[in-house]
Amino acid sequence: MNTDKLNFVVPAKAKMTSFVLMGLGLISIICMFIFDVAPEGDHHYQHTRAWANIFAGSFFFMAIALGAAFFLGLQYAAESGWSTSVKRIIEAVTWYLPWGLSFLMLIFILGQLHMHSIYPWMTEGIADTASPNYDAVIAGKIGYFGAFWWIRTILYMVAWVFFTWKLRKNSLDADSLGHEEAKGFHWKNVKLSAWFMVVFAVSSSTSAWDWLMSIDTHWFSTMMGWYVFSGMWVSALITITILVVWLKKLGYLEFVTESTVHDLGKWMFAISFLWTYLYFSQFMLIWYADIPEEVTYFHTRWESYKALMWTVLFVNFAFPMIMLMSRDSKRNFFFLIFVGTIIFVGHYLDMIMIVMPGTVGHNWTGLSWMELGNFLFFLGLFIYVVLHNLSKRPLRVKNHPFIDESIHHSY
Amino acid sequence: MATKQIIHGIFGDEVPLSEACKKLRASGIRIADVFTPFPVHGIDPIVGLPRTRIAICAFIYGITGLALATLMMWYMMIHDWPNDIGGKPNWSYYFNIPAFIPISFEATVFCAAHGMSLTYLLRCMLVPGAHPKNPDPRTTDDKFMIYLELNDEQSKKADEILRSTGAEEVNYKGTITIEPKY
Repeated sequence: MNTDKLNFVVPAKAKMTSFVLMGLGLISIICMFIFDVAPEGDHHYQHTRAWANIFAGSFFFMAIALGAAFFLGLQYAAESGWSTSVKRIIEAVTWYLPWGLSFLMLIFILGQLHMHSIYPWMTEGIADTASPNYDAVIAGKIGYFGAFWWIRTILYMVAWVFFTWKLRKNSLDADSLGHEEAKGFHWKNVKLSAWFMVVFAVSSSTSAWDWLMSIDTHWFSTMMGWYVFSGMWVSALITITILVVWLKKLGYLEFVTESTVHDLGKWMFAISFLWTYLYFSQFMLIWYADIPEEVTYFHTRWESYKALMWTVLFVNFAFPMIMLMSRDSKRNFFFLIFVGTIIFVGHYLDMIMIVMPGTVGHNWTGLSWMELGNFLFFLGLFIYVVLHNLSKRPLRVKNHPFIDESIHHSY
Repeated sequence: MATKQIIHGIFGDEVPLSEACKKLRASGIRIADVFTPFPVHGIDPIVGLPRTRIAICAFIYGITGLALATLMMWYMMIHDWPNDIGGKPNWSYYFNIPAFIPISFEATVFCAAHGMSLTYLLRCMLVPGAHPKNPDPRTTDDKFMIYLELNDEQSKKADEILRSTGAEEVNYKGTITIEPKY
């Protein structure tokens, strides 16, 4: 085996691309704040669309890292062997997490300082009957927000970063030791992952309620957490698959078999269905019951975002179903990259669909350069950070007990 | 009319078995069948089995299930006895389609799964009252077997290959006479 190819060196072209994307994105974000002006007669408009875009970008890419962290933990907890050869790629994706969470934290703090109005419940005097901003519905829920919300937010962030950091650290420590001592680190990670799964099961749902569902503060849905979770999971899988295929094309990852790539393709296919299942379950229950306080969510989307809503459903459900159904398509590298890229954008549009109707609402004029530019900035940063992480460690884990099984994984 | 020798090549592991299969096929010998106690991943192309067509069957059964479910629900809910459920009168299939999607999905999966199982069982003739066709019961426990039907010249070559790749036993089980079909 070619040992030189175990250490990834970021190609100059990829680095350049990420910088160009970030540059273009940064210019767009600045322009976004200049050109995103209030609709006539609205004096409270605080560049809502620009802020909502930044929030969507921050959350989407943070969610990819989080989804990858969950997937990494899942592999340990299930003690699965097939994925060991791509473990380092998953680990590299997870460590965008601190970046993504920092962006979110910044947005939350600025919201609390009333710099933007993404969260209606952050508005001053929202629970004060004497204030002109008083909202009876939000006043009834205010105990769940405010200080309690901040405590939860900090807890999620600390817990996620801790588990991800520890999983990565144990994995690296195991590599520097002998084969026997390294076993202990593996079991440590198995136990840690079991705890992580429990923490994640609760926090992935509640964080989606806190950060995304509370944009539409009047509305509520217990499906929201799983819906967001399935979206982040499939986005993470797409990212991992594309990275693996790209690295293989560059000549790295000789030890990753075609069957492992096929399995990643299967995951992409399966979790696309999970997403559709949860999306539709949420929709159908609300559609059937037809209760006014629930239907507002889909009413706004149906009125002002109809084309986008159908696009999201088609791209994220019908497209992967048709394209990834056959065995051959999941073993075709070009196909995986092509389909993966399109679903990736589809899930970003899904994030836009979650954030925009509650913030921009009926002032929405359709997708524009603002969404594109903002997306490019976060994409550029994400690529840069992930590739940098990837170059920090050898691409193959050395002392993992399942690495041999994984290298010979074929069917 | 051709007389063929039946040969059982018995192995203790799947790795030498795959090796032997590769060598047999490389020297132009047709492998009639392989018996293993568990599914060996990746053995199909080595033995020379054609790609399974069960996926095509599954697709056809699925489409059939979807069509049947749609027809059933349209007849019951729209055509024969339209009800007003939760303020949603069943005047047309199109406007109430979200309510019909779960059943369409279930029927598709039901027909695809049952159709595939039945096709598999019938194709292998695993019907009630069928006799077991396993030529050596040890292959259900811990032995792996290559089953060959060959003429004399090929038999010698096969014997050599089987022994050289580590066969534990090479058993000659008599001959069969194959009538030309034309």
